[in-house]
Amino acid sequence: MLLQLRRSIVLVVVFGLFLGLAYPAVEVAAANGIFPARASGSVTRYGSPLIGQDWKGTSWFHGRPDSDNPLATGGTNLGPTSKQLVSFTKRMVAYWHSHGVDPTQELVTTSGSGIDPDISPQSAYVQIPMVSRSTHIPAKSLDNLIASQIHGRQYGILGERYVNVLSLNLALKRLEATVQR
Amino acid sequence: MAFTVEIAILVGALALTWRYFGSYMAAVYEGRVHFLRWLERPIYRMLSVSESSEQSWRRYLFSLLVFSAVSVAVTFAILVTQGYLPLNPQHLGNVTPALAFNTAVSFVTNTDWQNYAGETTMSYLSQMGALAVQNFVSASVGIAVAIAMVRGFSRKGASSIGNFWVDTVRGILYILLPVSVVMTVVFVWQGAPQTFLGPASVHNVLNGVSQVIPRGPVASQEVIKQFGTNGGGFFNANGAHPYENPTGLTNILSIYLILTIPVALTYTFGKMVGSIREGVGILVAMLALFAATFAFTLVAENGGNPAVAAGGITAVHHGNMVGKEARFGTGNSVLYNVTSTETSTGSVNSSADSYTAVGGLGMMAGMMYGEVSPGGVGSGLYTMLIFAVLTVFISGLMVGRTPEYLRKKIQRTEILWASIGVLVMPITVLILTAITVAIPAGRAATLNAGPHGFSEILYAFTSQGNNNGSAFAGLSSNTDFFNIAGAVAMLLGRFGVMVPVLALGGSLAQKEEVPVTAGTFRTATPMFTGLLVGVILLVGALNFFPAVALGPVAEALVHGRFF
Repeated sequence: MLLQLRRSIVLVVVFGLFLGLAYPAVEVAAANGIFPARASGSVTRYGSPLIGQDWKGTSWFHGRPDSDNPLATGGTNLGPTSKQLVSFTKRMVAYWHSHGVDPTQELVTTSGSGIDPDISPQSAYVQIPMVSRSTHIPAKSLDNLIASQIHGRQYGILGERYVNVLSLNLALKRLEATVQR
Repeated sequence: MAFTVEIAILVGALALTWRYFGSYMAAVYEGRVHFLRWLERPIYRMLSVSESSEQSWRRYLFSLLVFSAVSVAVTFAILVTQGYLPLNPQHLGNVTPALAFNTAVSFVTNTDWQNYAGETTMSYLSQMGALAVQNFVSASVGIAVAIAMVRGFSRKGASSIGNFWVDTVRGILYILLPVSVVMTVVFVWQGAPQTFLGPASVHNVLNGVSQVIPRGPVASQEVIKQFGTNGGGFFNANGAHPYENPTGLTNILSIYLILTIPVALTYTFGKMVGSIREGVGILVAMLALFAATFAFTLVAENGGNPAVAAGGITAVHHGNMVGKEARFGTGNSVLYNVTSTETSTGSVNSSADSYTAVGGLGMMAGMMYGEVSPGGVGSGLYTMLIFAVLTVFISGLMVGRTPEYLRKKIQRTEILWASIGVLVMPITVLILTAITVAIPAGRAATLNAGPHGFSEILYAFTSQGNNNGSAFAGLSSNTDFFNIAGAVAMLLGRFGVMVPVLALGGSLAQKEEVPVTAGTFRTATPMFTGLLVGVILLVGALNFFPAVALGPVAEALVHGRFF
C-alpha cells in the first residue's frame, strides 16, 4: 500500500512538472517563435478576426445574432421544440424584413460558440440592399466586394465557404473611402 | 461532394494509421521502442520499478486505483487553491469544493464533463498543470488496461498481465506526447493561441465594440484533449470556439486525432493475439455502428430545425444551423460531434442541445451502446472485448457447446465478470436519471421544457456514466446535487468497468489454450462480427428504449408542438 502510494505521488509530481509545465512552456516558446501573432490570438487594433463582434446599424454587414461576448462563449442551447427559439427566430426575421433583407437561416440563428466570426457568402449577399441604401455604394460594387472576400473551402475540400465579417467590413470601409474620393 | 472527398481522405488516413500506428503501439507495449530512454529510465528509477517486473491482475488493479485516487486528490487540491497559485493572470478565485471534486473526478476518469466555463473559472495553472496533465494520464491508463486485458488472451498459464507503472509511462512518452508536441504547432499555425499572456482588451473604433478576449495555452491542451479522447475544452464553447478549432483543417485533424488510437488499437490487439483478422473483425463491428449512427444523425440534421421553420425560415438547404458554426456547416458539425460521442471524447464543435430530436438521439445512441464504436482510448477496445466474450457465450448456448474466444475457454468466471462489465453502466445511468427527475433540484436544472428537458437529464447521466463528457448544455448542473451525482456516475462508469476487465484479463491469462478443431466457432468471420453488432444493439435497446421513448422519441413525434 505505502509503496503504491509513494509511486503514485512521485508519478503525479513528475508528470505534473513535465506535462503540466514543461510541455506547454516549450510549446509557447515554439509558437511565439514561428507564429508570433497567431500564438497570442491574432489580435489587431480592430479586434481579432477569429472572435465575432456585434455590428449594429445599416451601414455595416452583420454577423450571426450571437451575444458576441468572449467571456461567455457557447450556444443558446435552445432545443428544436423550444417556444423561445420560435419567437427568437420570428423576431429576427421581422428585424431583417424591416431593413429590406430576406434573411438566410444563419442570419436568424445563433452559433455554437456564441462568437461566430463568419457567415456564408449567401448571408452577406442578402444584406446588399440594406448596406447599399445606407452607404450609397452601388449594389454591383458590394457584390464584387463580397466576392473578393469569400474564403473557399480549405484546400478546396475542408469546411464550408464563408466570409469573415470583420474583414468584410474593413474592406467595406476602404471601399467607402475610395468612393467618397 | 467536397464533404464526400473529405470523408474518403479521412478513411484513407485512418487505414494507414490503423496498420502502422497499430503495429507501433504493439511495439511500445512489448518494450521494443526506446527513443526516449533518457527520459523513461530516470522515471522508473524514481518509482523504484523494474521494467521487467510484472504484476498479477489484482496488483495491477490496486496500483491503478491508488494512482487514480492520488490523481483526484492532487487535481482537487490545485483547483481549490488556484487563487493562491501562480499563472493566474485573470486573478480567478479558488474553485468551490463540490465543483472541484466533480472536475477532478471528471478528468481523472477521462470523462471531461465540465460544470464550469474554462475561460472564467480556471487559471492557466489549473488548465495546464491539473486538467491537461490528466488528459495525458487518464488516456494512458485507459490504454494500459486494454493492453493488460489483451495480454490475458495472448498469454497461457501466466500469473501476470504486465506492469501498470511501465505501461502508463510508456503510453505517455511514446504514444501521447510525441504526437501532441507536433500537432500543437499545427494548431497554432491555423490560429489557435498558445500564450501565457492574459486576456486581450480590444476596442474597435469602427463599431464601438469593446471586448475582453480570454486566451492562454490553448493549442497544447486542445491537441491532447482530442488525441486522448478526453474532450474537456479550454473554453466553454469547446470545439466551436474559433480559438480551439479555427479552420476546416483543425476540424478534420481533431476528428482524425480522436479516432487514431481507438481504431489503431484493434490492429494492436490482432497483432498481440497473433491474428490480425481477429482485430479486423472487431474493427468492422465498430465501424458498422459508427457509420450507421453518423448517417442517421446527418440525415436528421440536414432536415432542418422545426422551431426555425415555425419562426419563418423554411428553406432547409443548410440543414439545422442552430448552434452550428458557419465555417463548418452541418456536415462537418455532425461528423465532429458523432465522432466525439462515439469515442467517449465529448468535445463538440456545435451545440448538442440544439440538434434536432433525432440528431440528439444519434449522439445519445453512440454512448448507450457502451462507447464501443470505436470508443475511447483503451476503453473502446476493452468494452468491445467484453461484448465479444458475451457474444461467444450466447452463440455457444445456441449450438450447445462450451464457448471459446481466441483459443481460451469462456467459463463461469469470465461470464460473471463480463456481465458485470456490461451492466454497470446502464444501471448507473438509469438509476441516477430516475432519481434526478424525481426530485425538484433535478428537474429545476433543465433549460428546455417538455420531452427535451428530460433528454437533457438523460443525456447528462448517459454521458457521465460512459465517461463521454459531452452535454445537452442547457442543463444548469453546477449544483451540489449534480456535482456529486455526476461524480458517482463517472467513477462507476470508469472503475465499475475496469475492475471486471482486469479480472477477466487475469483469469484468461491463467488458462491454457484449447486446440482449434473443426468444431471451433471461428471469430474472425463476418458471421461473428454480425452477431457482435447484434448483441451490442440488443443490449443497448433493451436497456435504454423506455428512457429514449420519453425523451428524443417523444420529442420527434410531437409535430408542431412547442414547449
